[in-house]
Amino acid sequence: MENLHKDRGYKDEFYPPMPTRFTKRIRTNFLVQVYNFFRLNYKIMKIVIKGHS
Amino acid sequence: MDVLVLGAGVSGHTAAAFLRKKLGKEHNVTVVSPSLYYQWIPSNIWVGVGRMNIDQVRFKLDKVYRKWGIDFKQAKALSIHPDGNNSVSQGFVTIEYTSADRKGSTEEVSYDYLVNATGPKLNFEKTPGLGPANDTTVSVCSYDHAAHAWKELQKVIEKLKKGIKQKIVVGTGHPMATCQGAAFEYVLNIAFELRKQNLSHLAEITWLTNEYEVGDFGMGGAFIKRGGYVTSTKIFAESILSENNIRWVKRAGVQKVEKGKIHYETLDGEHHSIEYDFSMLIPAFSGHDIRAMDKQGKDISSKLFAGNGLMLVDAKYKSKPFEEWSIEDWPTTYQSPGYDNIYATGIAFAPPHSISKPMKSKNGTDIYPSPPRTGMPSGVIGKVVAQNIAHRIKDGTNEHKHTASMGRMGAACIVSVGYGIRKGLGATMTVSPIVQDWEKYPEWGRDLNATVGEIGLAGHWIKLFLHYMFLHKAKGYPFWWLLPE
Ligand SMILES: Cc1cc2nc3c(=O)[nH]c(=O)nc-3n(C[C@H](O)[C@H](O)[C@H](O)COP(=O)(O)OP(=O)(O)OC[C@H]3O[C@@H](n4cnc5c(N)ncnc54)[C@H](O)[C@@H]3O)c2cc1C
Repeated sequence: MENLHKDRGYKDEFYPPMPTRFTKRIRTNFLVQVYNFFRLNYKIMKIVIKGHS
Repeated sequence: MDVLVLGAGVSGHTAAAFLRKKLGKEHNVTVVSPSLYYQWIPSNIWVGVGRMNIDQVRFKLDKVYRKWGIDFKQAKALSIHPDGNNSVSQGFVTIEYTSADRKGSTEEVSYDYLVNATGPKLNFEKTPGLGPANDTTVSVCSYDHAAHAWKELQKVIEKLKKGIKQKIVVGTGHPMATCQGAAFEYVLNIAFELRKQNLSHLAEITWLTNEYEVGDFGMGGAFIKRGGYVTSTKIFAESILSENNIRWVKRAGVQKVEKGKIHYETLDGEHHSIEYDFSMLIPAFSGHDIRAMDKQGKDISSKLFAGNGLMLVDAKYKSKPFEEWSIEDWPTTYQSPGYDNIYATGIAFAPPHSISKPMKSKNGTDIYPSPPRTGMPSGVIGKVVAQNIAHRIKDGTNEHKHTASMGRMGAACIVSVGYGIRKGLGATMTVSPIVQDWEKYPEWGRDLNATVGEIGLAGHWIKLFLHYMFLHKAKGYPFWWLLPE
């Protein structure tokens, strides 16, 4: 059977990094994401407040 | 005093709300806008994939303005007369009603202060054949466009379900279009929906963009700290596209659209075409066709507006090479240089130049993104202008106590796919400042600690949270003014 991934090393689409299973799990891990939710909101708030006087 | 706000979008609505809050009842605040509705545009993406209906992203303005004591006229501005005319010495705006009961009738609305927050004109005409009116490509730039896009997308899904292969093309529909973030979000949402229905293998999805590199987003890309490296958003964006099986065509300026075929030129000067069964392309943006007239009725539009119809403000418009650009070129008060009682906010103000580096094809075609002005800066500018006008009215001075420059403020862009507490995924990108400050940050142009690019459920929650928060704020529900822009 033809292996569609054989030319991975030669195509633009496959040059960028692809997430591993671990990375994908972290993306939906509830506790990590609750922490990220507050951390990212804090970062965004800081940007909004700092940006004008 | 009479303060007149043209436009009730993110910027104009914010300005009107703060003007009303800051000014006593002896002053009048009037809003002129052609639509009866306020729309939370970022959520149109969800309308475009059938996750929300239009009533979830819009609400009627008249009720809110009645509650706030703002005079609302459902009309569009036709012309600005900053010096009045032979019979009136005060500045006024000629408006034409769009409401069912007064459609077509005109009125002259006088003002002491004027805020132009009319946003972009979706200039489909700049690309022959582009847009829903030509029954070719769709758009998600307004809720009705997004609802139409969803209708068309459903037809594609039906065909895929029957096993018929479909070509989907999403991106920019003009060599100098902007708003890549919105189109990028839409293409990812389509990929997500198709994957959920196990139809991905039958769909060929292409991201077609005028960016020099994917991930430019009209702001010259950004650098983020990730995995022990400082990486470009090019890597971040390409990684997301690859993961979702989306191929990309970059440095492409769309020239013409036919039913089923898009013609484009690339920076190397070559002409190509790409076939599609479904395509969403963002049109060029320009200012609305509002004219300016002097006392005698002579056209003085060039005193108020740049060539693209956007309003001139306190930016440095003198043309200079990319190497000499600086954040000092960007406006801080948004006051018209010709008339000190006129301001322009949000997308309505003319930027001094792009943020992305200008690029020309071998044939002389400009192919690069115009500068985006996303929701956050549009809201912040609206607020700052309202605060300054209120201060000027109360103190009788021409002092601008408040400033906001795109070279100092940041922006957050959340590209979210899916829908629901456990089901979605969001790519959160923040940059600070929006326009690179190469003097302050000589290495990367921006503050690396404030610039992030992350993917996770949290980003999706933030997007959902922002949807409800901004609608809460726009509806003037309790403590609305405490919520950030
Ligand atoms: C699909 C999509 C998704 C987006 N997603 C995001 C996002 O996730 N985050 C983000 O920060 N930004 C996002 N943006 C960008 C954001 O929507 C804009 O930055 C913002 O709407 C600009 O605000 P504005 O007030 O300048 O213009 P608008 O919101 O367009 O408002 C303009 C107002 O002027 C009115 N008007 C038009 N002509 C006239 C006239 N002649 N007279 C009087 N009034 C007139 C219009 O009816 C409207 O009420 C998105 C944009 C799109 C299209």
